[in-house]
Amino acid sequence: MSLKWKTINIQKPGKKFNILGHMEQAYDVVVIGGGPGGMGAALGARESGVARVLILDRESEPGGILLQCIHSGFGLHYFKEQLTGPEYAERFLNKVIDDNVKIMAGSYVSGIAVDSDGTKQVRVLSEDHGQVIVKTRAVVLSMGCRERTRGAIRIPGTRPSGVLTAGLAQKFVNMMGMLPGKRIAILGSGDIGLIMARRLMLEGCEVVGVFEYLPYSNGLTRNVVQCLEDFGIPLHLSTTVAYIHGRDRVERITVAPVEKDLKPDLSQARDIQCDTLLLSIGLIPENELSQSLGIRLDLITGGPWVSSTLETSMPGVFACGNVLHVHDLVDYVTRESLLAGRFAGEWAQGVRRPVDNIRLIPGDNVRYCVPHSLSTEREHTIYMRCKTVMQPCKIRVGNLMEKKLRFVVPAEMIMLKIKPHLLDKFHGDTLRIDILPEDA
Amino acid sequence: MTMYDVVIIGGGVVGCSIARELSRFQVRTALLEQCAEVGFGTSKTNSGIIHAGHHSPPGTLKGMLVVRGNELYDRLQKELGFSFRRIGELVVAQSQEEIEILEHLKQQGVEKGVPGLEIWDQKRLLREEPNLSHTLLSALHAPSAGVINPYELAFALIENAEKNGVVLKVDSPVEKIEYQKDRLVLHTPTKKLATRFVLNCAGVFSDKIAQMVGLNDFVILPRKGEEYMLDKRLQGLVRRLIFPVPTKQSKGTLIIPTYDGTIMVGPTAQDTFDRYDVSTTYEGAKQVFEAVKKICPSISERDTITEFAGLRAVSNTNDFIIGTTAVKGFINVAGIQSPGLTAAPAIAEYVCDILENEGLELIKKPDFKPHIPKVSHFGNLSVAEQKRLIEENASYAKVICRCELVTEAEINHAIDHGARTLDGIKFRTRAGMGRCQGGFCAARCMNILAGHTGQAIHQITKRGSGSWIVTKMENHQHPKTGKEV
Repeated sequence: MSLKWKTINIQKPGKKFNILGHMEQAYDVVVIGGGPGGMGAALGARESGVARVLILDRESEPGGILLQCIHSGFGLHYFKEQLTGPEYAERFLNKVIDDNVKIMAGSYVSGIAVDSDGTKQVRVLSEDHGQVIVKTRAVVLSMGCRERTRGAIRIPGTRPSGVLTAGLAQKFVNMMGMLPGKRIAILGSGDIGLIMARRLMLEGCEVVGVFEYLPYSNGLTRNVVQCLEDFGIPLHLSTTVAYIHGRDRVERITVAPVEKDLKPDLSQARDIQCDTLLLSIGLIPENELSQSLGIRLDLITGGPWVSSTLETSMPGVFACGNVLHVHDLVDYVTRESLLAGRFAGEWAQGVRRPVDNIRLIPGDNVRYCVPHSLSTEREHTIYMRCKTVMQPCKIRVGNLMEKKLRFVVPAEMIMLKIKPHLLDKFHGDTLRIDILPEDA
Repeated sequence: MTMYDVVIIGGGVVGCSIARELSRFQVRTALLEQCAEVGFGTSKTNSGIIHAGHHSPPGTLKGMLVVRGNELYDRLQKELGFSFRRIGELVVAQSQEEIEILEHLKQQGVEKGVPGLEIWDQKRLLREEPNLSHTLLSALHAPSAGVINPYELAFALIENAEKNGVVLKVDSPVEKIEYQKDRLVLHTPTKKLATRFVLNCAGVFSDKIAQMVGLNDFVILPRKGEEYMLDKRLQGLVRRLIFPVPTKQSKGTLIIPTYDGTIMVGPTAQDTFDRYDVSTTYEGAKQVFEAVKKICPSISERDTITEFAGLRAVSNTNDFIIGTTAVKGFINVAGIQSPGLTAAPAIAEYVCDILENEGLELIKKPDFKPHIPKVSHFGNLSVAEQKRLIEENASYAKVICRCELVTEAEINHAIDHGARTLDGIKFRTRAGMGRCQGGFCAARCMNILAGHTGQAIHQITKRGSGSWIVTKMENHQHPKTGKEV
């Protein structure tokens, strides 16, 4: 069997890694996406004991969106230290390379077919190898998410240049060394928007304000403090952008407070001069591939419906990271993806965990919970988000347990561990999770 | 100063159609376009419908040219390869009075030679289009109506015209027209051109152009149309173009299954005095969705993924104004509102006849090449065809836009065939038209464009002139040399 190897440079000067160029070989686990989720899954798969693990990444170097996040704050939970995005990515990349995981960069997965024996044939368009079929036993989906755009929230007005998502602005500034504009308004208080407010301020731009249509910020509290308050950037809550003006380039925007129905109150509108409007109005898991495979999706998370082993509705296909549901912190992605990788590796070796027998139902003030079902024999971590702010409050899991919390906010994910001894006592097939006021 | 036989002012579908028609003959033709690329004005925002022709009354110029225009599209599509499909249209009646109007429309169409017109009863209508409202009573079916990507048409026409010798000058607004003896001299910010004939195809600006030679006999009253593009998951909701019964103002708010499958609803019809006003509004959206919901209840404003507006060049005569003027050599091709896109190929023939009558000798070029290379959208091809393309050209394996699966080879092709802006790439390849709206591919497309044209990244624009995308960082000087880095 002839093997063609190719080496390319990655961001650390002098450091090189190998890419397997020959596709006839079968793999145990193929991971789609080389961001933190994909790298975590690959490591998890190796830990489970499988030898042949491949990461397919569409960019020219793995690391995902972390590579453009040059600010620090990554890794506090996982590494117990402050890292920048590229540093966090590099640590994982080094592990992945040391662990003999193969990486094929510049490759786009255009489809997956399943053979009668359960083998999956992943169809790849690769910059280096053309169209190839990669055979594997298990697949981990880890394609991440994308940003919502202007169209998703319908801002009337003209369609000039200068309206862009915060993530694209981040790419312009941090990867290309260009500014998206000079006088910036930001709609939405998602974390990338907050980070970019600070970033552009540091680059000498004027940031005229962050406008959030909800009465509370959509980003992490620490980002509101460190990115806005410390830099004197105003955060206007319950305010939205009602109109965009400018023929070729943004000239000004009309902002207005929102009424109870979240529609702008145009009688109180005012105009603000700016040449750029950044949008940080939410993230959507990128599941076009999953959809084309007929994988069942959760309408709320936008990600696949998964069992407690993070397996999707398609046997042997697992999902983790932001493609599953949007996480606040990369540390959580890592934790989840190590787990998904481990289960995928087990699956490839023929291990089958007991089938889940409890369905989770999001109840009062619970927007979603992931995974969507549990088994009774082992400990589980449930990730969830609330619908509205509540403080103080408690989480109630069926009649099994209650846990007090100081507060919940939609921007911050809630994690809940459920021990097997609790589940053991449970007789039923659905378990409802509610977030209730403390005295309820 | 170069001397031309014909200079066309305006590179919309009308100007480009005429340019392409003239390129068949031994005529020195130039086309002046004020934007960075052709088709960037009204044409780009057109609904993209090739009308069957029964809407326009006989006896009008538009009524005369629309049916012929429709006929010409099959051959044009074969030669130029743009996206066009005859999907048919239905005018639906919501009341007893409207049923009578359907009869009238049918009669009108039959007289004009519109093929295949048929009235469908409610049962037939709902069998063919089960997602339409059950309150609809009947419909007029016109099988020859079609959908097209209008910007693709403009690009294809001009590419073919240029291939056959027409000179295209973009970023060239006409500022002044002088009359000298037997010729007209046109001034743009950078050039002067002399010509025997001027064709005024300047769309919403055509009355302003006419005023430059002292003609004040018509005015353009721009009428804005807002369109709303819906999410791809609604694909297949309707299979044909759905029209309400027309009013005096317009053909009404339509449901348009575009060539690419995405459903579009609109347009509105709002008179405006601002010739640059292509803004969408709260009222426009409300109007569109209220009207459309009556016909197809499952369409919702929430499904909007993008919206835009365009201006119809409506003249005060409410008909096309095509013909010679008091100024010798100055020919108006103005007031081309709906069904202007459909009529465009027929308008081109008609204008050639006028030029010939005016003494321009139209001698056929023996080496006229009617075709341009057909571009296949990689994502629509079979795996085997994709494989073959990659073997020919490895850059087909490099995916640039992942929402619409557009490869580097297609972007390169678009630039080689005239794209100069990000919108130019987008409208030729669909890169940036998908769900992420360019979030991932914009930077890549900018890099490729810069590589081809030699522009710096900050010189690249969305659609020319002031639509810059990024700007240089300031105060980034090398600490020792003080040079900008």
